[in-house]
Amino acid sequence: MREFLEGSQAVTRVVKLCKPGVISAYPITPQTHIVEGLAQMVADGQLNSQFVNVESEHSAASVVLGAVATGVRAYTATSSQGLFYMGEVLFNIAGLRLPVMLTCANRAISAPINIWNDQQDSVSMRDCGFIQFYAEDIQEVVDLHLIGYRVAEDKSVMLPVMVCMDGFILTHGIETIDMPQQEEVDKFLPPYSALYKLDPERPLTMGPLVDPEYYMEMRFAIQETHKEVIKLIPQITAQFFKVFGRQYHGLIEEYRTKDAQRVIVAMGSVCGTIKEVVDELRAKGKKVGLLKITTYRPFPHQEIYERLKNIPRVAVLDKALSLGSYAPLAVEVKAAFFGKKKQPQVISSFVAGLGGRDITKDSIKEIFRLLTAKERACEFIDLKPELLKETYE
Amino acid sequence: MKEIRIHARAGQGAITTAFLLGYAYFLKGMYPYAFPHFGAARMGAPMNAFVRVDSRPVRLRSQIYKPDYVVVVDPTLMRGVNCFLGLAEAGIAIVNGKQGIEVPKVKATQKVFLVPANDIALKTIGRPLGNTALLGAFACATNEFDLDILLEAIKKRFSGKAREANLQAVKQGFEFIKDKIKR
Repeated sequence: MREFLEGSQAVTRVVKLCKPGVISAYPITPQTHIVEGLAQMVADGQLNSQFVNVESEHSAASVVLGAVATGVRAYTATSSQGLFYMGEVLFNIAGLRLPVMLTCANRAISAPINIWNDQQDSVSMRDCGFIQFYAEDIQEVVDLHLIGYRVAEDKSVMLPVMVCMDGFILTHGIETIDMPQQEEVDKFLPPYSALYKLDPERPLTMGPLVDPEYYMEMRFAIQETHKEVIKLIPQITAQFFKVFGRQYHGLIEEYRTKDAQRVIVAMGSVCGTIKEVVDELRAKGKKVGLLKITTYRPFPHQEIYERLKNIPRVAVLDKALSLGSYAPLAVEVKAAFFGKKKQPQVISSFVAGLGGRDITKDSIKEIFRLLTAKERACEFIDLKPELLKETYE
Repeated sequence: MKEIRIHARAGQGAITTAFLLGYAYFLKGMYPYAFPHFGAARMGAPMNAFVRVDSRPVRLRSQIYKPDYVVVVDPTLMRGVNCFLGLAEAGIAIVNGKQGIEVPKVKATQKVFLVPANDIALKTIGRPLGNTALLGAFACATNEFDLDILLEAIKKRFSGKAREANLQAVKQGFEFIKDKIKR
């Protein structure tokens, strides 16, 4: 049914449809409306779930870890510093093969403290073992939660999922959503059944000390599973299409790239803005396009290679940094051509939108303009050089 | 595509205003995207809410710099910032304020409507929250959607006493502009 919904509200509605047995979260801007909304649903008796109030994100992550370990579907959401505070538990959740769902309302990282949007938080957690999805609009946010639970809980996967939505732009944005119905969700997402669970009747230990004899194999197994996830995601999205009628590739999305000479690679809500600019420039005869990355972990190297190998000039747009090195997404796109003969003549890297700096159509046009024969690394867009000259007196 | 920029202070209901504007367009069958931008993230700090609307889903995610319409919820903001900055050639501004308050100069093609929205709100709602009166004025001044659609949006958003009071505020805001245009 078509509804006019705020992004956070849409998340609470889809989480409700997924019937988690346990929800635990600690409020942080801009994720707050999600946890407030779910707490309200539980308090009002609309959602039959145990809402566990905690004193920190570290505890919230620990609670959902424990809940899924007992064989119950669980959900949490956080943002920025909260995600970092969950950090060590996130590695444990993935390492213990527990299919937790986490919504990350993307926000900048301190210092300086900043509540606005970029993607430094989730991108910094790329190595923790979570599957990571980035949504372009609120509909995709909703749908990725359903797809996410299915992928996470697949017996061949058993790994946690993080659905990333740009803070404020999507969490506080309000737009027209086709909200799935309960019968459809029940058809698509069966109740969670664990491979192994903590049960006093049949005791077992999860997470014991693993010595050098076994540790590498445990980590190798997760790495191998991520390769399987790459194959599984398009299968799950095909099933999603059958039930809900909305089509996603799941790993990537191509927008007017077929005959393109210049393509921007990006993740999240900025892809909408890029599509607008692509259409404007196409109308003027410029052969430009967008390659949107939906799945950042596992990283779809092969798909990116196939889609970009014949594109002469590629720009990678990062909304995060890896301080002291090249921008994170740019490095990975470059790595997709590791050992390959065919590749773009130019793969340039641009950084924009840090800490909520608005990315306008002009910002995107500037990236296309700077996408010349000269390869650029970590070129900042919309930087104000005059501010760099300010001194503390 | 139409773009609307709302100027207010955090806590003055600008997000609800943007929601209601968007909701009216939604009920009309269009695709609105309503979103806030906070400044200092503190109650009382200047903030903006935006509505971008089109006949197909809106993809552009930037803030609004060249609005077709501007709504100023708190006229004291005009002391510090030019709320009409970037207003379109045929743009319309709806300002919460009494006749005679100082507003930036506009071109002959642009229009400014001053609406005593807080007075209307005090009479109808009992508190100086002029948002819904401004929405009524907006509907009349811009002709973007029928009054009935806006009233429908109010009915869906509010319940009980607040519903009745806000419906009255919308109608009075609408009538205020209607009288002005006649004269």
